[in-house]
Amino acid sequence: MTDVLIIGCGVIGAAAAMELSKYKLSVTVLERENDVAMGTTKANSAILHAGYDPHPGTLMARLNVRGSELAKYYCEKLDVPYRQCGSMVLAFTRADLDTLDILYDRGMKNGVKGLEIISGDEARKREPELADTVLAALWAPSAAIVSPWEMCLAFAETAVKNGVKIEFNTEVTGLERDGGCWRVTTDRGVREARYVINAAGVDSDTIHDMVAEHDFEVKPSRGQYYLLDKSEGSRVNTVVFQCPSEKGKGVLVSPTVHGNLIVGPNAEPSDKHDTATTAEGLDFVRETAKLSVPGVDFSKSIRNFAGVRANAGRDDFLIRKAAPGFIDLAAICSPGLTSAPAIGEYAAELLGREGLELEEKESFELSRRRIRFKELTDEERRKLVARDPSYGRVICRCETVTEGEILAALRSPVPPCSVDGVKRRVNAGMGRCQGGFCGPRVVELLAKDLGVTPDRIVQDREGMWILKEETKGVPGSV
Amino acid sequence: MRELVCIVCPRGCHMKADEELNVTGNACPRGAQYARAELTHPTRVVTSTVRITGAPYTRLPVKTSAPVPKEFIESVMAELCKVTAAAPVHVGDVIIKNILSTGADVVATRELVAK
Amino acid sequence: MYELIVIGGGPAGLAAACAAWDSGLRSILIVERDRELGGILNQCIHNGFGLTYFKEELTGPEYAHRFVELLSKTGVEVRTDTMVLEVTPDRKVHMTGPETGYVVEEAKSIILAMGCRERTRGAIAIPGSRPAGIFTAGAAQRYVNVEGYMPGKRVVILGSGDIGLIMARRMTLEGAKVLACVEVMPYSGGLTRNIVQCLEDYDIPLYLSHTVTDIKGRDRVEQVVVSRVDERRRPIPGTEMVFDCDTLLLSVGLIPENELTSGAGILLDPRTKGAVVYENMETSVPGVFACGNVAHVHDLVDFVTQESQRAGAAAAKYVLNGPAGGETIDVINGSGVSYTVPQRIRPENVEKTAGIFFRVNRIFGKSRIVVSNREGEVAGFNRERLAPGEMERIALPAKLLENVKGELTVAIQEVE
Repeated sequence: MTDVLIIGCGVIGAAAAMELSKYKLSVTVLERENDVAMGTTKANSAILHAGYDPHPGTLMARLNVRGSELAKYYCEKLDVPYRQCGSMVLAFTRADLDTLDILYDRGMKNGVKGLEIISGDEARKREPELADTVLAALWAPSAAIVSPWEMCLAFAETAVKNGVKIEFNTEVTGLERDGGCWRVTTDRGVREARYVINAAGVDSDTIHDMVAEHDFEVKPSRGQYYLLDKSEGSRVNTVVFQCPSEKGKGVLVSPTVHGNLIVGPNAEPSDKHDTATTAEGLDFVRETAKLSVPGVDFSKSIRNFAGVRANAGRDDFLIRKAAPGFIDLAAICSPGLTSAPAIGEYAAELLGREGLELEEKESFELSRRRIRFKELTDEERRKLVARDPSYGRVICRCETVTEGEILAALRSPVPPCSVDGVKRRVNAGMGRCQGGFCGPRVVELLAKDLGVTPDRIVQDREGMWILKEETKGVPGSV
Repeated sequence: MRELVCIVCPRGCHMKADEELNVTGNACPRGAQYARAELTHPTRVVTSTVRITGAPYTRLPVKTSAPVPKEFIESVMAELCKVTAAAPVHVGDVIIKNILSTGADVVATRELVAK
Repeated sequence: MYELIVIGGGPAGLAAACAAWDSGLRSILIVERDRELGGILNQCIHNGFGLTYFKEELTGPEYAHRFVELLSKTGVEVRTDTMVLEVTPDRKVHMTGPETGYVVEEAKSIILAMGCRERTRGAIAIPGSRPAGIFTAGAAQRYVNVEGYMPGKRVVILGSGDIGLIMARRMTLEGAKVLACVEVMPYSGGLTRNIVQCLEDYDIPLYLSHTVTDIKGRDRVEQVVVSRVDERRRPIPGTEMVFDCDTLLLSVGLIPENELTSGAGILLDPRTKGAVVYENMETSVPGVFACGNVAHVHDLVDFVTQESQRAGAAAAKYVLNGPAGGETIDVINGSGVSYTVPQRIRPENVEKTAGIFFRVNRIFGKSRIVVSNREGEVAGFNRERLAPGEMERIALPAKLLENVKGELTVAIQEVE
């Protein structure tokens, strides 16, 4: 019997787990996939929004503004790549100018600090690559960029360090109330919990329906992106949005914390797990982005991807008690990433109202540091390699990631078990050759660490096999 | 008249050969020789790998020391599955002598030192 | 302080180091990131190397071995398992390795010989799902030939570059079914002989003017959709063919590995994507040379060797006799030519002939390669056939260059 069981280990589940690990509680997270951050968390715009989009008075407005402050605090404490670069919403038409006023108003009501409407010329002074057609912009200095999966990972690692258990490859198939607690059926047996948190992302409606009346449905919206080479990474220095519409926040052009340029997304209805890109979607992203920043060089593309947002056709998150001892953290669409730490905090508060004792642990540890060889000075590198020669061997040449960093990730509280898992932790394979060079080397390191043959190593999810079989038949069989 | 592209060297001459095997379009005598062989009894050098133990890698690259008849390629590949070399191996070491009585040996094409 | 540091121990670096030694340098260091010398040749186990240089047919590892043997007879120092992270314009080389540690070495001259890398799915934005099973041909080649693993059993190959063609044969020999080789251009990007001996020998269809327009499969590739393209390389709706396969190999081009080059402040040529070089392979930074695939992507290692020997000898000359000088001629790509290497020639520095490598931008039948300046034709060379997949080479005698001023244009005139 665990005190709290969390379903799903995306950034929302991880944030809730970290929050609860501050208290004297037993907490278990069940994750269907083989790693954290496997859904919406790993495929989004990687923006921490300032908070002028949500309607004043909504939960979303409050959690966005609070989340943006908390995210900044945690990213610093937990060594998560974060940069407060500010954002601009561009206006191209008179109607857009009105929208800027509305957003400014909302922002002021929501308590967003430092908002300012600036002229097109002023916007171009700050961002010289902006189009001549920009009439004005809403400047939000508190907006930031972040590594979304590393933020999730940092939350999950902190949770684990403070006693939380994460069970991977475990999918919830049923939930029953049984004498004041929950019997949770999974494909790997039954778990019992006093309280359950539903943080199942695009599948949060399915989980909700196991315990309560069907009253919402996740209608996923897919967004496609371009990730461009670092040579395009300083095309803009702030997050450049267009005016939002009913379809979403529109196509943005933004630097990433890893030094690349991200461009996207479009918005289109999709299946819950359909992260395919399409020629039409990518064309749309390119054409639309060029309205904001005409000079973006798409021949420098290194990757396309698509993410699915857990929209539920409403203007607010669905965070509430759905059944006794059962909390939904559902319909977490944008700004879900920004709000995540505040949602975690609020989830604990809701459980407290449900009768969960929240007694703080003195031993709670909030720290995380990882060595990034690339960012060290010559002198630091010299000392590090002398102390541990594995930091001298570069595995990923594009991102300058060393064997030592990969080995450290394999010894971390939430170790990777796939090539992309390694990538999310140390950036190996994120660069312009997209793992062409380091892929086989990472496979070799993983196989050795996990004590299996290379053909057992997966690219990302279970089932994503890389190598079929050995050449030359089965040894000794011929 | 048959048209064919020479594969003897990267130049890739476009050649023609008539019924009497007179070859034109070749830039060197080896082209004519190749064209005549190709039209009567085509042969290829087979390059592949065999298993190796005790080396930093698990495969040793090998080749047939001379071209073998094209129809033998598949059975040569099957033979390569049956052997395992042991490090150290030097370039030119014979791994299989006179493979399938073709007159060609299978030889190592890479130095692999013992680990 | 070394007289010469060579970055990269593949065919270019090996030939350059040997040539520099033969030209009199005695303190030379090769830095190689892999555990052995030889570079990409070690995984190119097929034959066809060395016909020009050694006048015999060798496999990749054998070709590399020849140079490793030559090198072992010199006093060139080698550091393997060592990666160069930075080259500064004042010729300091930052390198790191588990044995080497993190060190900064200085050199009187530097030869860049880092080779090239493969273009990926992201670079050409192929739409579709994102399953496992999409490999660059070179990565697949390493798995099959060095690690001994098959990346899949039913394969479609996009691009008809040489590595793709070679892998079509290689994977077929190892028991895979290669369903198709798909090329967006109306001609192959690889050598004709590879079309014959890698595709035709094994009845693998080559679809010219086609491309991959969709990838399906959630965890692993399950299908790829191939469509015909129009003259502007746009897919034509209604021409889709679906292949059931588990693997897509990409052989869609190679790009010089130019991170160190640009980091050193060296001028790059947008056409070759490598450094702009002079007749002796010297870059815009004096004393820093570039050769092999880092300068421009070659089809044949034999030419890499020759070019790199030129660079090695030139580095020695630079160290022993001082900088090269004299007037500069710019070599311009005229009609039908997509780039030339070198891009600049200093006639004073040309001994017998100045070799010019170039590629044409489409297939030409019987043609005349015309080298001209403002006054008219300086030299002409006849060819039966020219193709973008096959690099061309001409040699301009030093005498011809004596009276040339300003620029030289290399252009193609189709005769019929």
